[in-house]
Parts: sequence; C-alpha cells; structure tokens
Amino acid sequence: MKKRLSYLFAALLVAMGFTVASGATSAQAAEPIKIGFFAPLTGFAAQTGKDMLAGLEFYLKQQGGKVAGRDIVLISEDTEAKPAVALTKVRKLVEKDGVHILIGGLMASTGYALQPYVDGKKIPTLYPVMAPDDITQRKRAKWIVRTGWSSSQPSHPFGEYAYKTLGLRKIVTLGFDYAFGWEVVGGFQKTFEEAGGKIVQKIWVPVGNRDYAPFLPQISKDADGVFALLFGAGALQFVKQFKEFGLKDRYTLLGGGTTTDEHVLPSMGDEALGIYTSLHYSAAIDTAVNKKFTVPYREFAGKSASYYSEALYTGGRWAIEAMTAIGGKVEDRDGFLKALQQQTLTDVPRGPLKISSYGNPIQNVYIRKVERVNGELQNTVVKTYPNVSQFWKYDPKEFLKQPVYARDYPPMMK
Amino acid sequence: MEFWIIQSLNGLSFGALLFLLASGLSLIFGVMNIVNVAHGSYFMIGGYLGYSVFLRTGSFVIACLAAAVAVAMIGIAMHFFLLRRYSTHFPQVLMTMGFALIFRDLTLVIWGGDPLSLATPAVLQGSFHIGPITYPIYRSFVILIAIAVAIGLWAFNEKTSLGAKLRATVDDNQMATGIGINVPMVSSLMFGLGAFLAGFGGVVGAPILGIFAGIDFDILPLAFVVVIVGGMGSLKGAAVGSILVGVVDTLGKALVPDLSYFTLFLPMAIVLAIKPTGLFGRA
Repeated sequence: MKKRLSYLFAALLVAMGFTVASGATSAQAAEPIKIGFFAPLTGFAAQTGKDMLAGLEFYLKQQGGKVAGRDIVLISEDTEAKPAVALTKVRKLVEKDGVHILIGGLMASTGYALQPYVDGKKIPTLYPVMAPDDITQRKRAKWIVRTGWSSSQPSHPFGEYAYKTLGLRKIVTLGFDYAFGWEVVGGFQKTFEEAGGKIVQKIWVPVGNRDYAPFLPQISKDADGVFALLFGAGALQFVKQFKEFGLKDRYTLLGGGTTTDEHVLPSMGDEALGIYTSLHYSAAIDTAVNKKFTVPYREFAGKSASYYSEALYTGGRWAIEAMTAIGGKVEDRDGFLKALQQQTLTDVPRGPLKISSYGNPIQNVYIRKVERVNGELQNTVVKTYPNVSQFWKYDPKEFLKQPVYARDYPPMMK
Repeated sequence: MEFWIIQSLNGLSFGALLFLLASGLSLIFGVMNIVNVAHGSYFMIGGYLGYSVFLRTGSFVIACLAAAVAVAMIGIAMHFFLLRRYSTHFPQVLMTMGFALIFRDLTLVIWGGDPLSLATPAVLQGSFHIGPITYPIYRSFVILIAIAVAIGLWAFNEKTSLGAKLRATVDDNQMATGIGINVPMVSSLMFGLGAFLAGFGGVVGAPILGIFAGIDFDILPLAFVVVIVGGMGSLKGAAVGSILVGVVDTLGKALVPDLSYFTLFLPMAIVLAIKPTGLFGRA
C-alpha cells in the first residue's frame, strides 16, 4: 500500500512538472502533437464510431506515430452520438488536453453543434464523416475542413446515371426523415429530373425505422425504380423485406451509398445482389492503393473496411501530411489550417483528393453495384465520375441561390 | 383494397410479435406488479443468443428454444437474488434500468455493434401470391405461433396445478404460503416464464426486426402500451391489446408516418380515459 502511494505521488509530481513545462515552453519541438478524436463509442452507433477509430489508429500505426521529430498522441473521446455530449467532450479535448487538431464526428447534428465552438476557439478541425451540405455551402465554417463528403455530392452524378445508363424514367424514393436523407434524395431528384426523369413519390420514414412492412405496399406500381436512403439495421431489414414483399422483381433498386455500405453488407444475403448505389468510396475499388489499405486493414480490425474506416484512415493521413508540410509547427494555427486546406493527395484509397475553396473535397464518385465475388458481397464499381465537386456541373454561385435540399425541396413535379 | 389487405396482415403479424413480448410482460408487470424495464433487453438478448445458436446448429427451432431457456435463467436469477426483495416500484425501476444498461453494453462487447440479421428459416422463406397480393410466408407463420402460444398459456394458467399455484400466489401471497405453496420459488418461476416468452419473441422477431443494440428500448414502450391498454394481468387483454397496437401502429406508420407515435399513444389515452383499468383489467 505504501509503495503504491509513493508511485502515485511520483506520478503526480511528474504530471505537475509536465504541466508547468508545457505552460512555459509551448513552442518547444520535442513536445508531442495531440490529435483529439471524437465519435460515438457507446450506444446505438458505437460500432460505426469504433470503425472510425480503428481506421485512424491503423493509419497512425502504419505511419509510425512521429512527425518532424515530434511524437503524436491520440486522445479519443466518446460522444454517445449526442450533440450536447460531443460539445462537452470537444471542450475537454481543447481546454484540458490542449489538442492541436480535432478530427471525428458521426451525426450531422453534431456537425452543426460544434461549428460555433471550434470557430470561436480557432481549432483546426477535420470532418471526415459528417456530411451536412451547408457546412461547406451556405453556412461555411472557417476552421472546419471537410475531408469526407457533402450528402448530395454522390447523388448528383447518380441521378443522371439512373436516367441515361440504367434507363429508368419514374422513381419512388424512400429515405430516413432528416437532413441527411433529404439531402441525399434531393440531390438525386434534381439531376434525375433535369435529365428527363420523374420522381413520382417520396416516402419518408422515421430515422432508424426497422420494419418496412407498413411502407412497402405504398410504393407506386407506376414506377420502374426505387431509390432508398437508409443505413444500419434499417438498411439490412429494408433490403430483405423488399424481396419478401415481391418488389425486387418489379423494380430496379437504387440507393444512397450507406444503404449497402460495408458496415451492413456482410450481414446481407442474395437479396442485396444487383442494388446500385453511389458514394465516394467502395472497399472494392480495384486499385493497388486501395488494396494496400483494405487487405492489411482487415487483418488489423478483423473485419472488412467500410467507408467509415477509410474516412478516418484518409482523414488521419490528411492531418499528418499537413503537419509534415509545415515542419510540425502546429502551434501556428493559421499556417496549419492553410496547409490542411491547400494540400492535394493523389494516392488515398478512394482516389485523388483535394479541397475546394468552399472547404469540401473534390473527389471521384463511384457508381457501385452489389455483386458476389469469391463468396462475399461487394460494391463493385461500375462507373467512375472523376473529380466531382459538391456543385457537380453547376456554377457554385447559382447553385447556392437555391435552398438547401429539404423534405419538400426540390418540390414534386406536377 | 390490396393495400388494406396487406396492411391488415402487417398489423396482425406485428401484433402477434408484440403478443409474444407483451404476454411475458403481462405476467411480470401485470400479474406480479414488478416494473421490469429490462424486459426489452430480454427480447434483445434472445435475438442475439438465437443468432449465435443458429450459426452453430443451423436449426431455427433449437435457436428459439435455447435462447428462450437461457433468457429465462437470467430472469429467474434476477428475480430470485434481487428483485423479490423489493415490493415497491421505485427500487425495481432503478435496478432493472441498471440491468438494461449492463445488458446493452454486454451485447456490444460480445456481438459488436454492427446490426445483424437472422435468416428466415429455409422452409418459411419466400412469399405466397394470391391474385395481386404478395405476402411473406414467415410473417403469416408468426401469427400462427402467437395463437399457439396464447392457447398454451391459457391452458397452463387454467388447467394445470402450477398455473393454479401461480394464481393463488398472486391473489394472496400469505394465504398461499399458509397452504404450503413455496411462494419465492413459484414467483421466480413465473418471472422466468415471462422472460422466456420475451426471449422467444426476440428470436422469432429477429428475421423481421433484425438484431441490434437499441431494439431493447425501441420495443419496450410498445410492450407497456399493450399491457396497459389490454388491462393489467389479463391474458385476453394482452392478446387484444397486441392486435390493437399492432394494427394501429402499422396503419399509423403507413398513413401518417409523421405522427406515428401520436397514433400509437392516442388509443391508449382514449382507452385509459374511458376505462382506467384497461380493456380487460380487473378494478
């Protein structure tokens, strides 16, 4: 007991000394660079948060954990998928731990909740997953750099693809009833209708709905395709029930990227075959760079890479490369932010990546089709749209005049 | 027409699933008067255990029974060692709430948090077609299971001596002790039966609802609504309440999805306003 106490005392002394030292010489190069990670690690979204963390840890392990002679320390916090908790935890990371960069976040609501705080504190922040359109459109944040995507970004090319290549004319959409769902569906509707198609019906289901039996009989017989934006358990059940209710033979099934993301795909069966989705990533992208990530990642994490793990793998690399570019001088926050905004990486798993002047990535969008290869379901890439901006082929200024995609925007055609 | 037929079947099959869950809660909450917040957790654990057993044995029947028995054991242990010491609601709520949180985190540790799906058993896969109507066979099968369970429970309650002991224990605890009934054991068994039904429901429901951390508290309010609408401690009430809630919930979601919670709780409020003991409750 006595011995343990003296250890404790010693540890306390060291800690105190460390605090004093860090206060006195904050610019000293030997001090570690601290990365603050936040995501839900408990609660219903815990697995997604853990996949994100695994992606980041995997990158840091590969990379060696050192930049410009400074060690890298990763401090992770659990947001419980609640915006208020996320804000508290991010405060702790910034004010107590003194992190140099924040990275993480899952829920779009968290994305909006953190914005005033990080802008006020001027902390360089990466959003590798959170996708609400307006963070990089109508309500841009100075200190947030998005390495992920904006919700409607992969939908824009997909609407055109559905009309021109898949030959669909009338589509029913079904999606989770909140900003992410509206934006993914809205982007699809805009380009699909501009190409000449028509959205004949929009069905909104409560977020996290699992039983689709009440909704499936409503789908219009008049349509030739169904576009579903779901994720998690909801996606799993929807795809299964879509077949059980005899709809799979009647319609072409399309979806947002999360509907068949690799976080649910391994739990799906043959009912998922042939679904078309679009996203800026697929674990099945057939490039050497992607395989260099997916194969060892599977060994590291014990499961297939998903868009969530790739997001943090690439996000982590984005942060570290920017640190390298400025010689590890992360205390110069303006310089650090600039480096984060201005770099280009051509060899991340998803393809080339750079950030537009609006703070959103310009990157490839992949149209994927679920196929069974070597006994496993995968999102095979059937078409690549290179270097897609969040504004697609529209002029940004003109695009921003329209309201953000919402439940009733674009409106239904008469 | 087609729409209404399919939606009615949907309501019935969801009601059947609710009955499996709510009949157990009706015993625990309605008859024994224990507020069991962990009842949804039994449903969730049943689903997870059923999934694991199914992976190893490939048999849906074994998965159902093994998971239900295991959940019953958990229930009996919780009641025998802890819950029977408390006769008021407040400690019961706190304790079972604590268990619910522990169960949630345990399932996360054991099965991870990715949503799982239990394959529909091979013989029940597919759909039947009558005219323009296509309906999954499995959902119809769930209705049959619920009817079988309802008959079984009724027979057990009315026709067996253990059933009679159960009723005696609930009606007059002290008198039951006086005539030589082992009250603690009978109570724990009854609690275990309630947990058994919930665990069983969890496996039967898994091909429809999926298995994921969070289903525990998704489904719990529905079970309480059923028991309260049907009337505390009435098996008939649980059956009628389940069908009512199943149909109202399904039609509510189909017709006015924005108001789905409203359409669910409105009938409960109306029933309670007219008949505070529920449809078949004893005053």
